[in-house]
Amino acid sequence: MSSTFSRSFVALISGGLFAVGLGVSGMLNPANVRGFLDILGEWKPALMFVMVGAIAVYAVSNLLAQRMQKPMLEKDWSNLPLPGFDFPNQAKLGAVLFGVGWGMAGFCPGPAIVSLVSLNSTVFIFTAAMFVGFYGFALYERMKQNRAH
Amino acid sequence: MMMALYGGLIIGFAAAMLMIFNGRIMGISGIAGTFINMLFTPKARSAQSGEFAWRGFFILGMLLGGVVLARFTNIFTEASMVTSNPVVLIVAGLLVGVGTRLGWGCTSGHGICGIARFSGRSVIATIIFIAAGMVAVALVNALFAAGGN
Repeated sequence: MSSTFSRSFVALISGGLFAVGLGVSGMLNPANVRGFLDILGEWKPALMFVMVGAIAVYAVSNLLAQRMQKPMLEKDWSNLPLPGFDFPNQAKLGAVLFGVGWGMAGFCPGPAIVSLVSLNSTVFIFTAAMFVGFYGFALYERMKQNRAH
Repeated sequence: MMMALYGGLIIGFAAAMLMIFNGRIMGISGIAGTFINMLFTPKARSAQSGEFAWRGFFILGMLLGGVVLARFTNIFTEASMVTSNPVVLIVAGLLVGVGTRLGWGCTSGHGICGIARFSGRSVIATIIFIAAGMVAVALVNALFAAGGN
């Protein structure tokens, strides 16, 4: 079994579980997400509980990972970014832009992609624009690189 | 609230799988953003076919998970959209697409994985995008109230 195959299989299951988790938690409903951000209105704390549950499981698995020489299907941990405080102003601006868009529509990237299967035109418009944003940013990065050379 | 917590546990488990087996962060904006760039950049795709493959399978898993939810639950029919105004949706989608790439991650990568790994930059990012989302929602609400509905 090639490593590409097994890693892709793990990714497939992980993606599926992620979608089911989003569904179970109520986070595929933009009104719930918006409710969390609406602190001056009728505040809905659900998103906080989702984060607490997910962080708890992941923190434990992170302890496990730290005791492993390497990931099960990879040669080393080099693809895992090192935790750190470096976060330039440009990245902070990115977080602001993301937060504003998130509040406007109640979608972040995960729920936007999973909700495509609802064949809802609202989801299509948002997610298509998000993909254009992804690709536009990639083009911008490439342009910047080319100019540096 | 219990469902939110349970869903969070499932999401944490999905992210843990991707770390323990593949040594990767389950950040949806990074996975989907890189995938879309590779999709339209044949050179990048052929140079790293394994990188393209696992990301594609992760997204396929998300969609299949969504299909399961659509088949066995009424999550999607019960979801209530924040807005159906196409201009708002396009602006919000672009902001989320560009913002998450510029800001090195979204709710899953920073808000769950990064925080659970005690990464300072992810704590900063999460505080920023939640705060920005709260301000955006408050402003939109105020604008609607001023519009005299």
